[in-house]
Amino acid sequence: MELSRRDAMAALGALGVGAAAVGVRERTGSKDEEPEARVRETLVAAAEVVYPSEVSGVSEFVETFLTGRLDDDTHAEGLRAAVSDLDDAATEWYDGRFSALSPADRDRLLREIGADTAEEKPAGTTAERVRYYVVNELLLALYSSPTGGKLVDIENPQGHPGGIESYRQGPEV
Amino acid sequence: MSARTPIEDADVCVIGAGPAGALVADRLADVGREVVILEAGPRFDPADRLDRMERALRPAYDRPGVWGMGGDRDAHSNSGDRSYPLNHARVKGVGGSTLHWQGMVMRLHEDDFRSESARGVGIDWPIDYGDLRPYYVAAERELGVAGADDNPFGPPREEPFPMPAFPPSYSDSLFAGACEELGIAMHSVPNARNSESYDGRGACAGYGTCQPVCPSGAKYDASVHVERAEERGATVIDRAPVRRLEHDADRVTAARYTIPGGEIHTQEADAFVVACGGVETPRLLLLSESERYPDGLANSSGLVGKSFMEHLFAGVGGTIEEPTRQNHVGFLTSESHQFYDEADADLAPFKLEFFNYAGPSPVEEALTGDQWGDALLDQLRGSYGTHVGVGALVEQLPSEDSYVDLDPDVTDDRGLPVPDVHWSVDDRALRTLERANEVQREILGELGAEITWTVGPENTGPAFHHMGTTRMGGDPEGSVVTPDLRTHDLSNCWIAGSSVFPTGGAVNPTLTIAALALKTAENIDDAL
Repeated sequence: MELSRRDAMAALGALGVGAAAVGVRERTGSKDEEPEARVRETLVAAAEVVYPSEVSGVSEFVETFLTGRLDDDTHAEGLRAAVSDLDDAATEWYDGRFSALSPADRDRLLREIGADTAEEKPAGTTAERVRYYVVNELLLALYSSPTGGKLVDIENPQGHPGGIESYRQGPEV
Repeated sequence: MSARTPIEDADVCVIGAGPAGALVADRLADVGREVVILEAGPRFDPADRLDRMERALRPAYDRPGVWGMGGDRDAHSNSGDRSYPLNHARVKGVGGSTLHWQGMVMRLHEDDFRSESARGVGIDWPIDYGDLRPYYVAAERELGVAGADDNPFGPPREEPFPMPAFPPSYSDSLFAGACEELGIAMHSVPNARNSESYDGRGACAGYGTCQPVCPSGAKYDASVHVERAEERGATVIDRAPVRRLEHDADRVTAARYTIPGGEIHTQEADAFVVACGGVETPRLLLLSESERYPDGLANSSGLVGKSFMEHLFAGVGGTIEEPTRQNHVGFLTSESHQFYDEADADLAPFKLEFFNYAGPSPVEEALTGDQWGDALLDQLRGSYGTHVGVGALVEQLPSEDSYVDLDPDVTDDRGLPVPDVHWSVDDRALRTLERANEVQREILGELGAEITWTVGPENTGPAFHHMGTTRMGGDPEGSVVTPDLRTHDLSNCWIAGSSVFPTGGAVNPTLTIAALALKTAENIDDAL
């Protein structure tokens, strides 16, 4: 199932960042290009593990979503710190940045860090922050979007302003 | 109002910016009264609502945290038979608990006003349905209610709802077949939620997070009337919790409030309206004790804080062998009052609610699991899609065993004793929970559901409807406020809100709160 830029914009719109903000940011560029590029690269790499294999268009979806999320300075700082910690662990344990690892090693590293069983906490341990800013950031974007919802047969998932028609409709034959 | 200083020459000081206080303030400002509202919590920025929705979805934040509840400001005690999650049940701020409410707004039934006479238990209200009927009409217009006149068990109506009802959900159609077999009539739910544009607010956008936050503003909250009151000249002082009402023998003279930083100010006015909800209203009266009123202000009856009531939740849920299309929206579209007026001394009134959000929401489940990738998707597909649920609200009788008082051993951030909720549930309510469960099991059985959960007498919880702690009545020895909602003891002090309910019925209380608030505003204007 193809994730679209529209899905990313829908997820952003639901989570507090409008399309206008994304447009401005895309035109003017970032205040701090290198760390933000690293965040994008890392979360795209994480999404390839965290998202189900039947979705495509992951890279554009994640990058578009992040463009809005990075506009929030506090959130961006948390994202950068979690990505930095993830890369430190990747370098120490696997001898390369997270995004350079194979998908199997990325999956293994996220679990070794404890992000699979940790509860998300924006100011918690490394595992809790990676869960919050990397794993759950991506899952929230996906499963509150129309395409992510459709994976589970819900066209209007919580968090998406999909109107008041779908709740009345029966299952598709 | 950055200085948060008192205003001069106030006609009316309203304490609390929830639905009761907001409506009183708006009406009185509209007729030219100089009104000041003192609100304990902050004024929330509407632009933050999407962030609050994210908090509601993410497991890092608990439910009180969505609207900033908790901490020393909101400390409380629980000394009753049952623990009461007070900070889950309220919001402090401009808009009050309507910021996080579900938004269901129905009228009390006629017998709810005469419980003792008609059902042989509880007490009668000093007013009847007919007295409140015109105010219900006005309240439906003010809040903006989407509904249909299709409830064969409801009280008589004279005018259509301001907006058409939300149509039934797909899962309602599944329940309809089962209920028809059982002879149970379903009908629409009146919602304080725009089914179309109304009063300058857009139609519901379907975010699905109504409780605890509506990002679109389609769900009514009392900030609507606070802002309207301000446009009409009222002054709002937020983050200004009132610590005491100064008074003489017959009148309240001033409200003393604390502002951020700890400075204390004194707001004088000709009339005072205490509209702080079923817990903080009695707390403020008790905190205002004096030599003249050693047991608390307006408490000659000894009933301030007594008869704390809630609505008890009963529910049964499970799964069926076909899709049920849950969690597309966060509100209800069908219920049944069929069993409501069978109430007597043994069984309480109750209403049934047919869920549109039974079972897990995929996005919330995704954020709490131990899986990701294909394994998570398999898990979500396995858990979402076939759930059904039927809830119920059950009346709790007023009882001396259920009350709110002060805990002298625990203080809040201002050094004041916190409210201590002694919540206890009567046997009639417990029997009714079992009866509601029986009906719910019959419905799910007719649907062929495998039942996976039950909430009944053993594990019931509150619906977050605080009622009954400053009862209305004609007898000063048996009530705190008059039928005109003025305290028996003090000639310029009114109480607005569900604390004046003598009994609670089994319908959501906010429409009745609003109707009584409109009545109170008229009474105050007449008195002034």
